Amino acid sequence: MIDLVWLLLILGGVAAAAAEGRIAAVTEAVMTSAQLGVETVLGFVGIMVFWLGLSRIAEEAGLIQALARVMAPIFRPIFPSIPRDHPALGAILMNLSANMLGLGHAATPFGLKAMQELQKLNDTPDRATDAMCTFLALNTSSVTLIPATVIALRASAQSANPTEIVAPTLVATCISSAVALAADYLFRRLGRRFG
Amino acid sequence: MIAWIDTVSRWAVPLLIAFIPVYGLARGVRIYDAFIEGAREGLLLAVRIVPFMVSIFVALGIFREGGGMALLVGWLRPVLDSLGIPGEVLPLAVIRPLSGGGALGIAAELIRRWGPDSYVGRLASVMQGATDTTFYILTFYFGSVGIKRTRHALAAGLAADLASVVTAVLVVRWFFGYP
Repeated sequence: MIDLVWLLLILGGVAAAAAEGRIAAVTEAVMTSAQLGVETVLGFVGIMVFWLGLSRIAEEAGLIQALARVMAPIFRPIFPSIPRDHPALGAILMNLSANMLGLGHAATPFGLKAMQELQKLNDTPDRATDAMCTFLALNTSSVTLIPATVIALRASAQSANPTEIVAPTLVATCISSAVALAADYLFRRLGRRFG
Repeated sequence: MIAWIDTVSRWAVPLLIAFIPVYGLARGVRIYDAFIEGAREGLLLAVRIVPFMVSIFVALGIFREGGGMALLVGWLRPVLDSLGIPGEVLPLAVIRPLSGGGALGIAAELIRRWGPDSYVGRLASVMQGATDTTFYILTFYFGSVGIKRTRHALAAGLAADLASVVTAVLVVRWFFGYP
């Protein structure tokens, strides 16, 4: 899928340039863009390194677990099909907490663990359960408390206020998570009726 | 309301930077060692991002400089204008659910090209932060336990992606006072 989009971008540019008789623009774009790509990474390496250092402290201090405990009462009603003390909910909460803290690499193992636990509650092993769909919908619309990479990008591009997008992002991501849950609920109902 | 949100933005990062080491020390973490170890990983991560950045910067560069972007935005202007979405962020909206590295590349390019404090730059920032790579998560997570019939998971994920683009536009316009 990404292959197709990537190819279309390149072909679209080359074709448009050819049609307008300024094919040289393509070669020049390649040279300057490749350089700009590397420069951009160099620009935010420093902040990236610092932030991941700080994240490791948070991880080792058990901040993911602490956040998961706080969120448990909010998320239990969203997964009514998971028995109260089943490890699936714990793994889901750990995954969502790690995502909230921007710890993507820590989130994935918890996500896989959550899927394994959810699969144990599944009577039809090749078909997704309600809880799995809800988990995936929440996960793909992940709520991020601090979008560290974006802040780093903005800072390296000389923003007057790199962190000004923190709260707007939080508002947008909360709304999109709410829509994800609503869509999950709606499609589940529709699936029951017609499927 | 806006003043309050602005205060959150201003204080969130400094407070976390102060809070995390204190919390770590209180929980018995050797904070300096932990920091160095994580920071080393950050450096590797940055190196891993370079190929994504170059691939996307070049493809977008060709598309824009070649004139493809102008054509596409011209065709879609009526639709985009009615939603208030600037055409420049279209590639980001399309790639966001497909490739995490690719989306990061596009967001970086838009922020660089248009300036971080422009409308497009701010919109790209919020869009990048507000969703995740739907297709990757879906194939990876479902694949790991052998689920083949994914039911409505993809539809729900894509609905959330679409909603996040629209809400990003609305929130950025409201918050930064664009008409």
